[in-house]
Amino acid sequence: MAESLVILYGALPYLLRGSLVTIAVVAGAMMIGVVVGISLAVGQVYGGKWLRRMIAVYVWFFRGVPLLVLLFLFYFGLFSLLHINLSAFTVSVIVLGLISAAYQSQIFRGAIMSLPEGQLKAARALGMSDRKAIPLIILPQALRLSIPGWSNEYSIVLKDSAVAYALGVMEMMARAHFVASRTYEHLPLYFAAGVMFLILTYLGTKGLRILEEKVRIPGYSS
Amino acid sequence: MRELFFFQPDVVSALMKGLWVSVQLIAPSAVFGVIIGFTIGALRVYGNAFIKAVANGYVLIFRGFPLVVQLFIWYFGLPYIGIYLPPFVAAVLGFSLCSGAYQSEYVRGAFLSVKTGQTMAARALGFSNIKMILFVTLPQAFRRALPGCGNEIIYLIKYSSLAYMITCIELTGQGKIIASDSFRYTETFMVIGAVYLVLTSAAAWLLRRLEDRLHIPGFEQYG
Repeated sequence: MAESLVILYGALPYLLRGSLVTIAVVAGAMMIGVVVGISLAVGQVYGGKWLRRMIAVYVWFFRGVPLLVLLFLFYFGLFSLLHINLSAFTVSVIVLGLISAAYQSQIFRGAIMSLPEGQLKAARALGMSDRKAIPLIILPQALRLSIPGWSNEYSIVLKDSAVAYALGVMEMMARAHFVASRTYEHLPLYFAAGVMFLILTYLGTKGLRILEEKVRIPGYSS
Repeated sequence: MRELFFFQPDVVSALMKGLWVSVQLIAPSAVFGVIIGFTIGALRVYGNAFIKAVANGYVLIFRGFPLVVQLFIWYFGLPYIGIYLPPFVAAVLGFSLCSGAYQSEYVRGAFLSVKTGQTMAARALGFSNIKMILFVTLPQAFRRALPGCGNEIIYLIKYSSLAYMITCIELTGQGKIIASDSFRYTETFMVIGAVYLVLTSAAAWLLRRLEDRLHIPGFEQYG
């Protein structure tokens, strides 16, 4: 027991550096997810019939295929077929981001649709074009409403990022496994990795709750 | 030749074998997951303070640890304390416990949404606690939890691919083997992805049918 703790203590800096990789993967993926997700959501609510249909196919595909299969497909398949040489890290960020975009688009879509219709009508009555009204009137309200759903999505992406280990990305899980294979202290190390994921989940969701409070408009209940 | 690759009998049979292993992973995990989910969910609502704390701790750990970490604990970690599980058993165990924790959240919400008048009426009629849960609140909660639990089963179908990471060769694992042998990664994983899409879409459709079938007229339909 004491010996395990010594090994665990020695491995901690190495694992913590892995947590930085995990954070980088999650941050990159969430960023792609927000940008693509918002575009998809706006397209799905305000777009024409064909655009809506195409977005629905995108969402269906990225929500229906397992992450691991998509990682293999993009890393070993599509990107090398197109002669694009990307590191395992970059591919993991892109794939996690594209999947998250599909889920996030549904969060944003729900938020946009929950706004009273009068908002867009009032903007139009004031002479705003839709192109102006959506980013200036609709999205500032919808994004505030999306934070709780977004916080859920963060904890899912965080946990999914451990699968990037399958491509050899040196994040927390991979490092825990490496140390475990060398020291045979499997159980304590995996447990430590799990606890570190728990801590990251806690910190992220806590931060988002603070953000939600911060950006709340006083007197504006939703 | 290139076009005919996926009609070669050995490729097809390998994929079918993998699909069969996947189904064997998913089906028991879904059943155990629902059972665990309803048990833990009921305990979290109707248990005493101690049981609630234990059940909440279970949910915290199994929802907070990534599934990969959990699978590694069951497969690579347990030998540390002298328990050796075959990959298949470790995978089913990992999927069931993780899925159960997520399902218990929906079940808990569903139990809490059953109106208090229902439990009071059951008590007034002399139902014991167990009988009240089984015959009065569970049938209502089950219908309300179904959309959420159904979603979890669809997640389970997708996450079953992670069994590959603890050397349980199911559909994704067979795909990896075929792709590495033939260097046809794109085609192979397109086909594998399509199979998963069929599985998840079929499951979603079946669950919606089940919801409609269990729907009690006059009650609001959820989801």
